[in-house]
Amino acid sequence: MKRTQRDTEDSVRGVRRRAFLMGGAMTAFVAVLGARMRYLQVDQAEEFRLLAEENRVNIRLIPPARGQIFDRNGRLIAGNEQNYRVVITREDAGDVEMVLKRLASIVALPPADIEKTLKEVERRSPFVPIIVADRLSWEDFSKIAINSPSLPGVTPEVGLSRVYPLDQDFAHVVGYVGPVSERDLERIENPDPVLQLPKFQIGKVGVERWTEAELRGRAGQKRIEVNSVGRVMRELERLEGDPGDDLRLTIDAEAQNFAQARLGDESAAMVAIDVQTGDLLACVSAPSFDPNLFVRGISQKDYSVLLENDHRPLADKTVQGAYPPGSTFKMVTALAALEAGVITPQTGVYCPGHYEVGSRRFHCWKRSGHGTVSLHSALAESCDVYFYDIAQKVGIDKIAEMGRKLGLGIRHDLPMSAITEGVMPDKAWKQERYKQDWRIGDTINASIGQGYVLTSPLQLAVMTARIASGRAIQPRLVRMIGTQEVPLPEAPPLDLSSQHLASVRRGMYEVMNGAHGTAKGSRIADETLLMAGKTGTAQVRNISTQERASGVVRNDQLPWNRRDHALFVCYAPFENPRVAVSVVVEHGGGGSAVAAPIARDLLLFCLTGGIPPLSAYPATQRGTIESRFKDMKLRDFGADSTTRSRA
Amino acid sequence: MSFLEYRIKTAPTGLRKVLHLNWPVILMMTAVAAVGFLMLYSVSGGRMELWAEPQMKRFGLGMALMFFVAFIPVWFWRNMSALAYLVSVGLLLVVEFFGHVGMGAQRWINLGPLVLQPSEMMKFTLVMALAAYYDWLDPKKVSRPLWVLLPVLLIVMPTILVLMQPNLGTSVMLLAVGAAVMFCAGVSWWYFGAVAGLVGGAIYGVFALRGTPWQFLHDYQYARIDTFLDPTADPLGAGYNIIQAKIALGSGGWAGKGFMQGTQSRLNFLPEKHTDFIFTTLAEEFGFVGAFSLLLLYAGIIGFCIVSALQNRDRFSQLLILGCAANLFFYIAVNLSMVMGMAPVVGVPLPLLSYGGSAMLVLLVGFGLVQSAHVHRPR
Repeated sequence: MKRTQRDTEDSVRGVRRRAFLMGGAMTAFVAVLGARMRYLQVDQAEEFRLLAEENRVNIRLIPPARGQIFDRNGRLIAGNEQNYRVVITREDAGDVEMVLKRLASIVALPPADIEKTLKEVERRSPFVPIIVADRLSWEDFSKIAINSPSLPGVTPEVGLSRVYPLDQDFAHVVGYVGPVSERDLERIENPDPVLQLPKFQIGKVGVERWTEAELRGRAGQKRIEVNSVGRVMRELERLEGDPGDDLRLTIDAEAQNFAQARLGDESAAMVAIDVQTGDLLACVSAPSFDPNLFVRGISQKDYSVLLENDHRPLADKTVQGAYPPGSTFKMVTALAALEAGVITPQTGVYCPGHYEVGSRRFHCWKRSGHGTVSLHSALAESCDVYFYDIAQKVGIDKIAEMGRKLGLGIRHDLPMSAITEGVMPDKAWKQERYKQDWRIGDTINASIGQGYVLTSPLQLAVMTARIASGRAIQPRLVRMIGTQEVPLPEAPPLDLSSQHLASVRRGMYEVMNGAHGTAKGSRIADETLLMAGKTGTAQVRNISTQERASGVVRNDQLPWNRRDHALFVCYAPFENPRVAVSVVVEHGGGGSAVAAPIARDLLLFCLTGGIPPLSAYPATQRGTIESRFKDMKLRDFGADSTTRSRA
Repeated sequence: MSFLEYRIKTAPTGLRKVLHLNWPVILMMTAVAAVGFLMLYSVSGGRMELWAEPQMKRFGLGMALMFFVAFIPVWFWRNMSALAYLVSVGLLLVVEFFGHVGMGAQRWINLGPLVLQPSEMMKFTLVMALAAYYDWLDPKKVSRPLWVLLPVLLIVMPTILVLMQPNLGTSVMLLAVGAAVMFCAGVSWWYFGAVAGLVGGAIYGVFALRGTPWQFLHDYQYARIDTFLDPTADPLGAGYNIIQAKIALGSGGWAGKGFMQGTQSRLNFLPEKHTDFIFTTLAEEFGFVGAFSLLLLYAGIIGFCIVSALQNRDRFSQLLILGCAANLFFYIAVNLSMVMGMAPVVGVPLPLLSYGGSAMLVLLVGFGLVQSAHVHRPR
């Protein structure tokens, strides 16, 4: 392998030549790399900078605290409670199963929940916190907090969730909140992005829903830096939102509670309204339910129980229920006839127990008849024939007009769900609805609040308040939004002759206090709080000729859902009206026996600002009343209940 | 007796060798490594112990090994070349059959505390073997077919083993480095022209056979090529790497976002942010200025190596230095092309910057050979 020096020198030169070439090629490629770098980093920098910013910054919403709802005296109806929960993060926990087992040894965790959590943890990214347990008690929560060193990946958290401390009392009025559903999002135009937050709750029914805009508040924002898989790296900036406005309702929580307890298990509705202002003092639909169940997510079983109950606890009968008003409607007929000038208060009508129009015979509730009656006695004794007669004279259109004037057949705008308009029929209405001519029989039925006439308890309360005050008061449910007083709706005079109004009021007074008054058993004995009212018993079935011949079946022998509705409207004090109450007890039987005593109790409660004193009742009834109040399960509102303002 | 052996007496001895080391190369390599430490510190979010510290320790160890290799005369290494080559191929075979499977590929041998990646080692032992071969071969015969075939076999054998791991990036680099040494040794242009034609045909074949049972590459490798050609087609899948890397680079702008201020890489938008894609962090945080400076540093290292090769009159030393320089160059070229969206993502680390022990140690040992050749050059 001898090589000459010359050969060696040649080969070295050859390598140098090639090395030069290679170096040149390398330099060229480095130049290409540099050019590419310049292109990306200098020429296109702006475009990429924007892309990077998009990548990095994520805006997260901070849910605002929902406004609280108070009663007229500042008692909490709907508040926000701290919801203690624990979450687990897989990447911090390591052995999730072991950590959960340890957690279960500290607080009670159902095995099914553990399994669910484990599955959820497996499914999600390792850094996503999964809720292990919700709504923990403070003790459990602190136990977990204390033991946190031995529970890697487990974080105790505090969130806000809605709570209704008065549970069933305000289930219908205030409603409840729930998680945002697809349907909610469809319903809302331009939905607030905060609605997309998991676990965010919005009002579903009642005040919660219809004042959602005020209650919700404005979400805050935090700009956070996230990585490509969404893990939060740090918070860049925080913009606090505004909590929702608190609401103050016109309702008195104590009266509400009293009314709810008084109605008990009846399928009934009761409204108490301030005669002068229109403020709703109580608005109760029975039976009720616990709205907290819905906030926490009601079980299918509980929900079916509510749905299948024939007393319809989920319905708010005060505004949604449309009932034939029965004899409580007679004031409307009377006022229409008086205003039309077809009768005077003194006009007499003979009642033989029935009334004949053409070939049809309409019965008075009293088979033997009332004899000759005038306005006062007709109202006091609730003579049907009198109203058949005057209604026929005045005509349905005038009656309907008067009904609407008094607040029937129109929708009273309140922040509550599914408020019914009721039906205040007239000729045009029937033509439009049934394509039929109005018949005289229709007028006769309508004159005593049967037939097509349908009213809600709210409308009846408004009607009574309007008769009592002589002004077109409007119901009001929300008194204050935030710190802003909600102005009272205008209540112009009804434009009715004060003499006529006084006559009708007098008739209502006789109902309670007259010798033959249909509700004289439910009168108020206290001279300063004398009461005026009107009973109503609305048929929900037709009584056939045969049945009438063989004797009308008594209500208590009928199945519950075919019995008459018991109605009652009233106001007091007679001289200086302050509160009006309407009651409908579905299939309760007679208005005087069933509805009037209930209405009297609530009326007195609102007037006296607490459990009515026995002195207000007639002496003979005091014993029964006393034991009834004793049996009622009323909420304890604490010691300050005597110092609050009165309605 | 080669030319080298006549001049042995002129080579420095003992500690005086330190003075004759190629210091500019050492300093520039240290500078690059230091940039790497900074970047690793940054991408770990300021945690020294995560990547930066182990990397520094490995660099220290690698430097020590480099000096050790540099002090041993180059003719000893020349005599070791064949053995080193055989050992490397043997290790590749071991990996093939007993290797540790990581990231879907068999690449590592677990030697207790040290995880060895024989394919990295192969890049330098291949250079040694080829350099020794051409040193031994009569320069007049280099272009004769039979004498071309032998080095081609030397190159292709380990390449196939690496390709079977599978590691496309390294196998391509082995081919390129081998070709570079053969080119420098003076193999005729015709061969390179022919190979270029063949490669063109092979690439056509790779795509033509796609989807058939005889397809040559793995599906993920095809996918990488597809997304390289059109990264936006699969922005959250395979194209994600490239798009995010380009965003990181581009958003760095002229002067960068500042140290520790990069969002793309630090926030995990980038995969392998501490290994193959570390350059994006540098580009994002120090901008064009920083990235281009690093490119210049690398070019400087390679340039000084080439100058060193030009100064050397020993054929083995020349080819060894040029081969190592080419090796470094291909590392950089492939990695930077990849992160800048000019080449498919093939998984080649950026030498001295990327986190990873094996590659760094092997590179430093390889540059120990370069230093040895420089110190013991004939004068």
